Amino acid sequence: MTETRSAEVWITGIGLASSLGEGPDTHWNALKQRRINIDEKRFAPYIVHPWAPVNFDTQIPKKGDQRQMEAWQRIGTYAAGLALDSAGVKGDKEVLSRMDMTVAAGGGERDLAVDLAVLNADAKGNSAPNLLNERLMNDLRPTLFLAQLSNLLAGNIAIVHGVSGTSRTFMGEEAASVDAVRIALARVASGQSDIALVGAAHNGERQELLMLYEFGGFNLKDKFAPVWARQEHPGFALGSAGAFLVIESKAHAQARGAKPYARLTRVVADLAQRKQPGAVTRSLEALWNKLGVLGGNVALITGATGAEPVTSEEKTFLSLHPDYAVRATGTMFGQTVEAQFPLGLVLAALSISRGELFPPNDPTGLEVEMSKPPTQIIVVGAGHWQGEGMALVEAID
Amino acid sequence: MRDKFDRPVVVVTGMGVITSLGAGKTDNWAKLTAGESGIRTVKRFPIDGLKTTMAGTVDFITVEPFSSIDLTERMADIAAEEALEQSGIGRKGDFPGPLFLAVAPVETEWPQRLEAGRAVGKTEFDFSDVLRVSGGGRFEQYHRRFMFGSVASHLAEIFGTKGSPISLSTACASGATAIQLGVEAIRRGEVDAALCVATDSSVNVETLVRFSLLSALSTQNSRPEAASKPFSKNRDGFVMAEGAGALVLESYEAAVARGAKILGVVAGCGELTDSFHRTRSSPDGKPIIGCVRKALADAGITSEQIDYINAHGTSTPENDKMEYLGISTVFGERAKQIPVSSNKSMVGHALSAAGAIEAIFSLLTLEHQRIPPTINYDIPDPAIPFDVVPNKARDAGVTAVMSNSFGFGGQNVSLILTREPI
Repeated sequence: MTETRSAEVWITGIGLASSLGEGPDTHWNALKQRRINIDEKRFAPYIVHPWAPVNFDTQIPKKGDQRQMEAWQRIGTYAAGLALDSAGVKGDKEVLSRMDMTVAAGGGERDLAVDLAVLNADAKGNSAPNLLNERLMNDLRPTLFLAQLSNLLAGNIAIVHGVSGTSRTFMGEEAASVDAVRIALARVASGQSDIALVGAAHNGERQELLMLYEFGGFNLKDKFAPVWARQEHPGFALGSAGAFLVIESKAHAQARGAKPYARLTRVVADLAQRKQPGAVTRSLEALWNKLGVLGGNVALITGATGAEPVTSEEKTFLSLHPDYAVRATGTMFGQTVEAQFPLGLVLAALSISRGELFPPNDPTGLEVEMSKPPTQIIVVGAGHWQGEGMALVEAID
Repeated sequence: MRDKFDRPVVVVTGMGVITSLGAGKTDNWAKLTAGESGIRTVKRFPIDGLKTTMAGTVDFITVEPFSSIDLTERMADIAAEEALEQSGIGRKGDFPGPLFLAVAPVETEWPQRLEAGRAVGKTEFDFSDVLRVSGGGRFEQYHRRFMFGSVASHLAEIFGTKGSPISLSTACASGATAIQLGVEAIRRGEVDAALCVATDSSVNVETLVRFSLLSALSTQNSRPEAASKPFSKNRDGFVMAEGAGALVLESYEAAVARGAKILGVVAGCGELTDSFHRTRSSPDGKPIIGCVRKALADAGITSEQIDYINAHGTSTPENDKMEYLGISTVFGERAKQIPVSSNKSMVGHALSAAGAIEAIFSLLTLEHQRIPPTINYDIPDPAIPFDVVPNKARDAGVTAVMSNSFGFGGQNVSLILTREPI
């Protein structure tokens, strides 16, 4: 194999909107106050972290565009706009026309009224072969399809914000965004691109998603508990978030006078065959060894979901590295699936740029205080059913 | 060997394909060059009340009970198996590189949704009742089955690809994007080989209705085999189809070192996003023009060196018009002379898989020096004066092919495929 040149890559833009609000300051204050926003009633017994409403007009000025999207796309397009603003490239046609876009996405909202009408008719014994055909032909909104297609989050970001270099959408739950960031970084580091927008969005207030995760027994029910305190009642509470980053080569950032939040040094990923007990622990340990962690002021921000057995296997991995402060985003933000890894990266970049790690939010004692400014933050993502990834985010000297 | 930009040359050493015409390269190539159609009236589900009642379904591979995601996975298995066997790379279950998989977005499908609904046991209920019966393990297998990453996870396990497998969607350009990601990884020097697979089995009632409601599909149901008529004046939409394509990509050096037969070269990839509209191309054609130019530039060649264009050619009024605008702008007067044919006239539009299937057909065109036709070309569209290789295959000297893929969401990808390194 051949070596290609490897440019230093900076995180120069962050965009975050979630159940805790929007923007760096709001999130920072919420994290400092250990705030958690949950709704235990709306979908009881299931718990969700509801999206904190924003004024979409500020990032998606045309109402027509907003109407063409469902919630997950509005959340993502909004957060992508925040990231572009933060990087200072919003509206910069020259940069946007050659900007990479790598988005991790699931699918969009279904029209549950249509689904329920079919299910109820079926339950009443109306199993005529054309029942489904007739209901779908008559009741589905034509444009809903475009709000459901995975690649149409990227499509909407292109339309609304003008990002129009490359556009790739990766799918596959938590692992999709690890790979999205991994490939975006590889392209910039190797010189295949100079600048990239990367991220994901998730709307957790969706009953068809609750159904899908209920099939596998993954939903957190009845009583909320922080991620590390769920062994007796494992599971996750779905969350809503849009998390995007602008990454670019140091040279490109300096040439346009952009200030970095942090350096994105490395992203690694693997797919453990989880039928074997301990596979996740071994996979995470192998990824850790590839990262180049120096020791010293190191912290970990993990997207641990609270699902089992993966969360326990991740705990075993963490116990091998007891000297480092750990923060689980799942406690505060819930399970935002594709958005969890970029969310961790945004918080890592924010913590490094502010020179402090946000406080623990964990009654079990696994998360400890960190008084020194973090110089390296490892972002960890182990998917609830498959896929493991890690990123190394570093302070720039 | 490195290309003129000092990047590793990327070659193809294995190919596998399934379309509505059949399974395997041999069968597909024979039928494709005979101008046969794989489009039929749908038998898989009732067609009462539907505006479009035909598709290029893959009915010769059965999964019981039928589900789109199960057939998607099965076709990917078979196509990848064929590609790996031809390539002879690695060992069985131990492919020495990553997987890039183009696959349609996944959702719980109707049979399973109805099963959950019936489990409620009431005749009037809401969704919380459905949720109440969804847990407890009775539908446990549906969680994994309807995860977006499930097909890639399965392929990674049985073929032993390395690292985290990537599932991707760029709508109807997905198959080309899977190849592009493999090319980029090899050019970066990260890997010596990549398995690029694209698979799609979207012919279920809901997906058909969704495309139908967007007025994207042909409604010329009376003669299904004649409905897909790219570049014809009376074209009225695309015909949904199923299929899979798999390619083993390797660096030239790695392929030669192990004595592999080189089937062709992926000389260039171009991509440009259209920010104009969710389903329509920018009327000035600039994104398609830019995409085609980027592909030529990436290959380091000029339009004069392209001998054949394997068109996206969906048979929708909009696409075919815009594709002509794009190609004629870049190719000038030559746009009227260069052969431009659409495989979709015969196999239909295999959506996420189309880009890979058509790249394989482009490589077979290079191998056999024979251009597959555009069938159903009886009433030419005077606004599109392409040489579409009407109705009959044609022998021709072909050294470089451009294969185009365009999709909803402004996705445009063009690949340049050649017989020899350039």
